[in-house]
Amino acid sequence: MQAIFKREFKSYFNTMTGPVFTAVLIAFTGIFFVAYNMVQGYPYFSASLSSATVVLLILVPVLTMRSFAEDRKLKTDQLLLTSPVTVNQIVFGKYLSMLAVLAIPCIFMIAGPLLIKAYGGTALASDLLAIVEFFLLGAAYISIGMFISSLTENQVIAAVGTIAVLLLLQLSDSMSSILPSSSFGSYVCFFVLILLAALLVYYLTKNVFLSCGVGVAGIAALTIIYLLKKSSFSGLIGSVISSLSLVSRFQTITQQSFDLSTIIYFLSIIALFVFLTVESIQKRRWS
Amino acid sequence: MIEVTNLTKKYGDSMAVDNLSFTVDKGQIYGFLGPNGAGKSTTMNIITGYTAATEGTVLINGHDILKEPLEARKCIGYLPEIPPLYQDMTVGEYLDFAAELKGISKDKRNDSVDDVENLLKIKPMNDRLIKNLSKGYRQRVGFAMALLGFPEIIILDEPTVGLDPQQMTEIRDLIKELGKNHTVILSSHILSEVSLVCDHIMIISGGKLVASDSTENLMEMMQPETVLTVTAVAGKREVENILEGIDGVEAESVEETSDGNTCAKIRYSSGDDLRKQIASAFTSAGCAVIEMSTEKASLEEVFLELTSDDEKTAADIVAENDRDSELSDAVDSMLKKSGYDDVPKEESETYGPGDSEAEALSDFADQLAAGIDNNEKNAMFEDVPEKNDGRPENESDSRQTHESAENSDSSSKEGN
Repeated sequence: MQAIFKREFKSYFNTMTGPVFTAVLIAFTGIFFVAYNMVQGYPYFSASLSSATVVLLILVPVLTMRSFAEDRKLKTDQLLLTSPVTVNQIVFGKYLSMLAVLAIPCIFMIAGPLLIKAYGGTALASDLLAIVEFFLLGAAYISIGMFISSLTENQVIAAVGTIAVLLLLQLSDSMSSILPSSSFGSYVCFFVLILLAALLVYYLTKNVFLSCGVGVAGIAALTIIYLLKKSSFSGLIGSVISSLSLVSRFQTITQQSFDLSTIIYFLSIIALFVFLTVESIQKRRWS
Repeated sequence: MIEVTNLTKKYGDSMAVDNLSFTVDKGQIYGFLGPNGAGKSTTMNIITGYTAATEGTVLINGHDILKEPLEARKCIGYLPEIPPLYQDMTVGEYLDFAAELKGISKDKRNDSVDDVENLLKIKPMNDRLIKNLSKGYRQRVGFAMALLGFPEIIILDEPTVGLDPQQMTEIRDLIKELGKNHTVILSSHILSEVSLVCDHIMIISGGKLVASDSTENLMEMMQPETVLTVTAVAGKREVENILEGIDGVEAESVEETSDGNTCAKIRYSSGDDLRKQIASAFTSAGCAVIEMSTEKASLEEVFLELTSDDEKTAADIVAENDRDSELSDAVDSMLKKSGYDDVPKEESETYGPGDSEAEALSDFADQLAAGIDNNEKNAMFEDVPEKNDGRPENESDSRQTHESAENSDSSSKEGN
């Protein structure tokens, strides 16, 4: 794992990806810092960070697109997968190397809260926590991007797919308002989601029985719950979708309120997508 | 060492590998031979654990490649068809990375990288970026990677592709050397290479094992007879009389050629060599023998016979193929004579059957032949009668040329 981590990290700085990622993220955070904290005199660094999350949407795909797609394209995955290392080690090595790249601008960001503190700010602890959460948000984005990169051997598709998914997550908060709020509307939406999930299971396992089982069981459970507790369905889909939003959760910290569930949510997203990446690499062996 | 049982791999509906079973013993060089798309690379990918088989098992030193992957993979060094090189690393960095990946401890890492670099003669390239290397060097870096730590089993997928003739010989010698202490499996569609290097040949066609035997047995099995062609300055009757006087000789055909000589074809089993008796019989009868040549079933014919469904097409391909390799051999030897070292990939690769570059190659050979002076040309085709002018007119002529080209090839190799 160490070998893969070292190689990947070095390779980000052998190419332009690492420097560009670091420079752009620092530059934009700096601009927001100047605009909000220095010009407008707002005493919380977390406000600048909250705006910088938009930059992550574009930068993370740049970082993650090549992680697995390039290996597959250039056949270097043959070296990794035939060496005496496990797939877990390969995925962790690559993931940690991307986190290390993300950590560099995050370390630079500490200068922001320190400057505010020097001019009499009082929120140093919560600002530093905000940087940690910003890092975790980026880590969650990276895990999603890495998973998408492991699905394809085309870097462009990986990048565009990641941007699309991250954008959907970003917008999910505002999109929830256009979703139907009636309980039947929610039921239909969940119905469609379960069908999509069954299709995904089929795509991943190519097992007709398993995917049909997932679909039928899901729909049956959904219908029973719907018939028993119709009222709880009203507006449910909207709140579920908006709760998926990573950014809206991030916003809660910037309002100076610490929320452990946010950190747990980010960590579980990371765990889920790292796991899915491992599975998608394992599955490739069988296809 | 390696036990492969009932290996089957399906890609959708097509069978890439079909119920393949074999065992590989320690300390031998095995050759996978087969046309493109026969399933050689797929089989190798399965043995090394890169892909999983649909059915069947692979045991490496008793470890199942899927159930105990780490133990099994530790015993294997694998050079895939396309060397898995990171373009943005230098050769030294890459080998160091691969060594660490293979779990070679830190204090031994530098030594083992040095060892393989010296063995493959890539030490001078240590600090060069891999993306700036030529195809031949990349192949050698990939080879070096496979040899790191000298695992017990070395699996090489088309190891000499992209090398110039000089390097090819070096790599073949290296593989032979490795075969003394390691088990080597290599795949190739270059037939002459497999027969030169390997102790044991497995011919794969359509995902099935069609033949598996030691190289000698396979050659033996397929060439029970030798055809000897004798051309003498004599009449047809005279030649017939001479031949009848020799024991165990039966002329297959005796024909007068256009310039008044007589050409006889004699068939006998490969075990006995009758050339001496025939030559002395002609001499004592006072006839000058101006040409004598033997034809043996080459491995290419064995190969084509086994891998082809339609015999007629096979024969056609043999003729075409002979012409093909004759040309490429001739090109090789020409290049060696002119001290030309770095052969472009296309030329050095055109050994196998069904290569589409045959035409381009023949043009290239023509240009080269035109470019070199007559002395060299004569030296090259010294066994070929004037009338042929180094160009094959029919199948048997083409074989003779092939042999002579090969002779000059090997002699020039010794010269180097």
